[in-house]
Amino acid sequence: MILASQGNLDYLALECLAERTIALAQLRKLADPAGGFDPLLDARMRALLPLALRHGFRIVTNMGAANPLGAGRRVISLARELGLRLKVAVLSGDDVLSLLEPSMRTIEALANGAQVVITGRVADPSLFVAPIAHAFGWRLDDWEKLGRATAIGHLLECAGQVTGGYFAEPGLKDVPNLAQLGFPWCDVDGEGNGVLGKVAGTGGAITLRTAKEQLLYEVTDPGGYITPDVVADFSTVSLRETGPDRVAVSGARGRARTPTYKVSVGYRAGFVGEGEISYAGAKAVERARLGGEIVRERLRDDVADLRIELIGVDSAHRSDFGHPQPPYEVRLRVAARTPTKELAERVGAEVEALWINGPAGGGGVRRFAQERIGVVSLLLERTRVRPKVTLLEEDRETQAA
Amino acid sequence: MKRKLHELAHARAGDKGDTLTLALFAYRDEDYVLLRNQVTAEAVKRHLGHIVQGAVRRFEVPNLHALQFVCERALDTGVTTSLGLDPHGKTLSYALLEMQIET
Repeated sequence: MILASQGNLDYLALECLAERTIALAQLRKLADPAGGFDPLLDARMRALLPLALRHGFRIVTNMGAANPLGAGRRVISLARELGLRLKVAVLSGDDVLSLLEPSMRTIEALANGAQVVITGRVADPSLFVAPIAHAFGWRLDDWEKLGRATAIGHLLECAGQVTGGYFAEPGLKDVPNLAQLGFPWCDVDGEGNGVLGKVAGTGGAITLRTAKEQLLYEVTDPGGYITPDVVADFSTVSLRETGPDRVAVSGARGRARTPTYKVSVGYRAGFVGEGEISYAGAKAVERARLGGEIVRERLRDDVADLRIELIGVDSAHRSDFGHPQPPYEVRLRVAARTPTKELAERVGAEVEALWINGPAGGGGVRRFAQERIGVVSLLLERTRVRPKVTLLEEDRETQAA
Repeated sequence: MKRKLHELAHARAGDKGDTLTLALFAYRDEDYVLLRNQVTAEAVKRHLGHIVQGAVRRFEVPNLHALQFVCERALDTGVTTSLGLDPHGKTLSYALLEMQIET
């Protein structure tokens, strides 16, 4: 909100999707065909739409998730409630679609004058590449420029992860005032180089180190970062601190995009059941291990795919790497993949039974059982995907040419 | 003298499907060579072999004084179906920093 009201923005991008969240959205759509867009859409748009019209910035977001058109209609009705008139463009495709040709079609949506552009699954940096390319009127085969804009989009796409979020370690990597973490903007020039910054007085920090960490985040080849727009090369990027909370980004390169899109296919992947229980004080680790062995024995005949671990010892890293001190308290965690909801419930129930039938002093049971949507990624020829743009106004829906 | 990477470098973990990325950055530019010589793909595979079921590839990124490790089959099938408490593997940057090198 501070960035939106004080950032002097031209475009505000809200990147809200990931493999896990798109899977959750698909689950919500399965439960309710009118749902499936981001559950925070209402709250975010209520706050942002008045600011967008007052300050003259345009919003680009993938909050459409599994149902972009539903999200677009919701934004129109929210605008009506707020007494605002605006144009919304929705970028959607068909059911197999997971990634569109984002920049080109998003640019078309912007060219049609929409104040709000809503998409489903679009490559994260593309939400930023599109407004940059639109603002400067770039050719969409200007690979070098698209590569540079992609580096900027990648730095911005996780918002607080470039301003000191996911970074701090007290004493070694201190970050001030994380509770009021400022979100980033980037001043981009016509060549696609830019300067990252944040609103004065907000928390966090933009430094060479925060920018470096974010530039390589989730990158599986620094010399060939593939998006639907371009294959970007970050191995030539130069980052330079130019002042407090200012980092200049330049030098990324780009080459021709690939002929395919990445498609994420969701499938029903069965269920996961979990149970947790705490032990503290003398012999906490031994009591927790004993509890785990009891549950393993109890589930042996019915559950094959089981994980038993101690939170506080070996759950996050699957090892304590020879750490010498046992912790004062630990939490036994049992998790299993199961074909049915009933078996998933059984996992937590067996952990819960340790209260009464297990080792001494176990407490604080939590249990969960959830259906899971698995995700596999594959490549699809671009020509087989037909993205479309729908323009929504007060009482009108039209397909863009 | 053996030292933990944690004393020399910072790291960030990321996830793509069942693939884990670990980016390692020398605090001091001059330590980059030390990291490049000792924190090889093979060494990381040995250190994290109980987590990474597949191959580890390493990219040198000298413009950032960084090494990027791409670890396949490292997230127990991926974020939505993992049995792990941390299905993204976000905590694993600090598992890399537990590695010891000779300085």
